[in-house]
Amino acid sequence: MSPLLEIKDLRTAFPGERGRRDREPVHVVDGVCFELDRGQVLALVGESGSGKSMTALSLLRLVPKPGRVVAGEVLFDGRNLLELSVGEMRRIRGKRIAMIFQEPMTALNPVLRVGDQVIEAIRLHESVSRADARARARSLFAEVGIPDPEERLDAYPHQLSGGLKQRVMIAMALSTRPEILFADEPTTALDVTIQAQILGLLRQLQRERGTAILLITHDLGIVNALADRIAVMYAGRLVELASREDLFSNPLHPYTRGLLASIPALATPGQRLHEIPGVVPPAGRWPKGCRFAPRCNERFEPCDAIDPAETARPNGRRVCCHAVSEGRR
Amino acid sequence: MTIEPYVFSNLTVVLLLGGVLLAAGFVRRNRLWGEAAVSLWRRRRLALCVLAVYGGIALLDSIAWKGGVPEGVEGVLPNAPYSIVDRIFLDSTEASYSAPFAALEFYGARPLRHPGAHPLGTDIIGRDVLYMALKGARVALLIGGLTSLIAIPLALLFGVGAGYFGGRFDDFVFFLISTLASMPGLLLLIALIMAMGRGTLSVCVALGVTSWVGFCRLARAETLKLRELDYVRAARVLGVSESGIIFRHILPNLAHLIVITFVLMFSSLVLSEAVLSWLGIGVDGSWGQMIDGARNELSREPVVWWNIAAAGTALFTLILAVNSVGDAIRDVLDPRTQGDAP
Repeated sequence: MSPLLEIKDLRTAFPGERGRRDREPVHVVDGVCFELDRGQVLALVGESGSGKSMTALSLLRLVPKPGRVVAGEVLFDGRNLLELSVGEMRRIRGKRIAMIFQEPMTALNPVLRVGDQVIEAIRLHESVSRADARARARSLFAEVGIPDPEERLDAYPHQLSGGLKQRVMIAMALSTRPEILFADEPTTALDVTIQAQILGLLRQLQRERGTAILLITHDLGIVNALADRIAVMYAGRLVELASREDLFSNPLHPYTRGLLASIPALATPGQRLHEIPGVVPPAGRWPKGCRFAPRCNERFEPCDAIDPAETARPNGRRVCCHAVSEGRR
Repeated sequence: MTIEPYVFSNLTVVLLLGGVLLAAGFVRRNRLWGEAAVSLWRRRRLALCVLAVYGGIALLDSIAWKGGVPEGVEGVLPNAPYSIVDRIFLDSTEASYSAPFAALEFYGARPLRHPGAHPLGTDIIGRDVLYMALKGARVALLIGGLTSLIAIPLALLFGVGAGYFGGRFDDFVFFLISTLASMPGLLLLIALIMAMGRGTLSVCVALGVTSWVGFCRLARAETLKLRELDYVRAARVLGVSESGIIFRHILPNLAHLIVITFVLMFSSLVLSEAVLSWLGIGVDGSWGQMIDGARNELSREPVVWWNIAAAGTALFTLILAVNSVGDAIRDVLDPRTQGDAP
């Protein structure tokens, strides 16, 4: 069976800085490939600026101007989203692919009742009466664990707590029974206890409804709790793609290993936390060879000169690293 | 065929009342605005009552019907509808001087502050000061309201369009704004009025064209901010169309700004008209013209002060009430001055 969502060689570029002589476009997403099966949870992890969110926005064709997707294919259910008309794309957005955002505080319109916002989301894609849509919104509110759903429908966003707002966002995203849910750092802005609740909710919904989730995060704890497969991004590239078990038990790419070693919960108490030296280079100032080479503690001759190609490993695993392709590990 | 002025006037009244009723219905239904309205009433009872009185006078002066113009009486404004206020003041002229409000008496013919006949006296050509002061209310509200109705939609069209779509349109709007802002406002106003000819409408259009720039800037900046907010992005991800986003998400979030701007603009426009009247290109029958006409009388002996005092007080009270209400509206509506309940 072909995957639900298949991304091939996705490239998203922004025009180069004004005033620079060459004005070469900067590729913030550079040749990303991955698949997402029905009901699967794929986590996209990486530092800030690695292109995670931009990848998700590229898939929805919502890259902020002046950026644009310059190459690649996004096959959703066999159709290339990048070639659809604006109207067709609009019917897919929200209806078949939904998204929840990082900031529940600002993700709801402050002047509209939350119930009306959910009802509008439903009625945007399905021709149902207002009363029916309201009934459905109520049952959705109950499903995502909002107490007193009937009353909460008439609440304004400022009357709800952050956790409740995030639940409303999830209810809104799920209102049209999407096949894929993009979750862009869904718990970053929440308290730890609420984080756990929301994660539990996402997992439960994913099991019950079979919704595929593309989880974008830099929190490996969340990844471990939710993801089936993990894609690690660095500087616009996908450096390692593996199942959760493989990645956590045997990380191959030095960057992945660095990330895992930096998790505070895994560190020995009293010892200094591991850190990856240096910072992600800004987009457009990427080194010539492997983009991670300057920060890598295992680099050798080809790393600085040649961009590593993808090495396939069993279990659908892929790694971009000279050390791996030359059999050093 | 010419349409009588009173038809327009009555039509305006009907439209305005309809608009007010619609707005009131909306405020009643919507909890956020309903609470704001109640809180506004609590804060500024007196000012709102004053505004209601002005509104009532303007209303009485706007409802008009045909005929009934007394013989030999030329009304204060040659082209204005013959309204209820006119009827009260002008009808009784011929009958007797015992009528409490007789108008169009000659200045020299009777004592200036003849009690009863002219509670506030008359001006140099015998027009009743109270009558003229009351007539001014309609003109002032017309200038403030009509001009805002021209300027605010214009500012929203350009401001929201520029902020939301950006690109070439933004460049164009900014070019327009900078061009208008670089011209001396008063000169532009005078030039426009000269070009269009004098009259209420042309003064309103000229004031509207010169006063939308500030709010346009504000609307553009605010739209730029709103456009990037998560709920607008979320709406886009949900597949809402561009117009849906503008009307459901951008404009409602600009609503408090629109109301605040409307009120503050209103008072400054009424004052601008007074300045124009002083320059001799104002609207007939406005307080500005009363003040302008009375200015020379101040040097008489004995000093004729009641004329300018009446117009000044009427103008001052209206502006004070509007500004005070505007201030309160800003407190009530502006999210930055509100404590956000968690």
